[in-house]
Amino acid sequence: MTNYYGFYTLLAREIWRFLKVSIQTILTPVITVLLYLLIFSSVISNSRQMLPGIDYLTFLIPGLIVMAMLQNAFANSSSSLFQSRLNGNVIFVLLAPISDFEIYAAFVGAAIVRGALVGAGVWLAACSFSLVPVKHPLYALAFTLFCTSSLGALGLVSAIIADKWDHISAFQNFVIVPFSFLSGVFFSIQDLPPFWERASHFNPFFYFVDGFRYSCLGVSEIEVGTSLKVSLIFFLISSAWALWLLWRGYNLRS
Amino acid sequence: MNALEIENLSKNYGSLQALIEVDLTVAEGAFFALLGPNGAGKSTLINILAGLTRATSGTAVILGHDVRKEWRQARYKLGVVPQELAYDPFFTVREMLVLQSGYFGFGAGNRDWLEELLEALGLTDKADTTMNHLSGGMKRRVLIAQALVHRPPVVILDEPTAGVDVALREQLWRFIRSLNRKGHTIILTTHYLEEAESMCGEIAILDRGRLVANAAKDVLLSRYRWRQLRLQLLPESCLELPPELALKQEEAPAGELLLRLHREQDHIGEVLAALEGAGVKFSDLKIHEPGLTEVYSELTGGGENND
Repeated sequence: MTNYYGFYTLLAREIWRFLKVSIQTILTPVITVLLYLLIFSSVISNSRQMLPGIDYLTFLIPGLIVMAMLQNAFANSSSSLFQSRLNGNVIFVLLAPISDFEIYAAFVGAAIVRGALVGAGVWLAACSFSLVPVKHPLYALAFTLFCTSSLGALGLVSAIIADKWDHISAFQNFVIVPFSFLSGVFFSIQDLPPFWERASHFNPFFYFVDGFRYSCLGVSEIEVGTSLKVSLIFFLISSAWALWLLWRGYNLRS
Repeated sequence: MNALEIENLSKNYGSLQALIEVDLTVAEGAFFALLGPNGAGKSTLINILAGLTRATSGTAVILGHDVRKEWRQARYKLGVVPQELAYDPFFTVREMLVLQSGYFGFGAGNRDWLEELLEALGLTDKADTTMNHLSGGMKRRVLIAQALVHRPPVVILDEPTAGVDVALREQLWRFIRSLNRKGHTIILTTHYLEEAESMCGEIAILDRGRLVANAAKDVLLSRYRWRQLRLQLLPESCLELPPELALKQEEAPAGELLLRLHREQDHIGEVLAALEGAGVKFSDLKIHEPGLTEVYSELTGGGENND
């Protein structure tokens, strides 16, 4: 027996929540990414070829879209669940006949929607700098889903484990931000020293960025099938971690 | 069918035994009080029923549904009013009720009932106000409304009148009584023992994780064997009591005499005659029959019920 309407309501609640503060949750990240775009496109020569036939600005934009999507997907589930824990209102969900999987799916679903909205906003705004095509829409959809759902699940993990906002902030600033900055958003990993180039292959965000870049531009640093497989594995691992914590009731049920 | 059937229920937090082999049955339609001092295990028991805490051993069944094995059905049967004033600052009162109703699988068809709840709890004027703009009493009413959105046959109220002023408290009790009259089983925890005594037909008392009493209110009250006789003495009264009465004397303010009498063995008429014979003269007398406070104190070792 599945409580479809309960799941739908929780998903709607999560989307409704971030839309109520859309300046903070949608507009601000779009503006922030546009500032990155403005600064990097001003200081780095656009004539430089990052990949065969791809100038810097065109290279940069898909990476910025992914970075915005994954950071906002993480922020959505982590801040919503943690705030509910702090306020105590998470009890209203825990008392309801909603399963752990339905809770996971609703929070991750909302993270996907917010990530995708921010990504679409960045793409639309970035088109005023350079028109970035989407050559492979299905791949774009797949990488959007994998990156936002994985980070939505990681957001749940951090919200469950954290005891104070400081912990959420640490997870965001010491894990999510460095991994996204070092994932080939701003540069080609082929330009890195050999050690760091090899190290980048252990960064799952690199596969999101490179795969999404392929979806848009049709060129990538590694084979798109590999990116898809690694993204899928990372999604499964992060989801399994979140579901395991929910199933255990860690910090939620005693 | 019983509203609650709890068998051999235990909960350990490491070496701490929060509940120890509790057996408890609550009949359908009862108005039931669950009392006990701080740390007695009341909240643990409620949380196990609500699915917020997992029992170490034993079973808890709500209207035939085990809270672990048939957790979904059990939660449909149960409404819980939590003690803490938890609320979601993003949403208005009406939105909170719509969401809570949705969590239980109810859509637009339930809106009339939600409006009824708003009306019954005096929240109609505040329906479009966000929760953080409401007073404590109003927030308490919203919590009650939220617990009732799915019309649960069993309602647990954990300290529903904590921090609520007298007028609102009476209003809430009227509403809760009306729920009970409509067939809802009410399970109440409160630190206002007089409220439990006046409202509840069945009373259970937990102390340090163990169930120390579970009986109909009248049966429970009759277990306490003592009552007090208080006399306002006249200035000319003799203060020396005969030995058999001196044994029953308790400490009292100057100008008063206080006797602790056995309800069955000490007949008031005989005691008054003995006092008169001893030269005790008084202007007024009062008999204090035992209430839940005395029974509670005896069973819990005088522990305060103030959580």
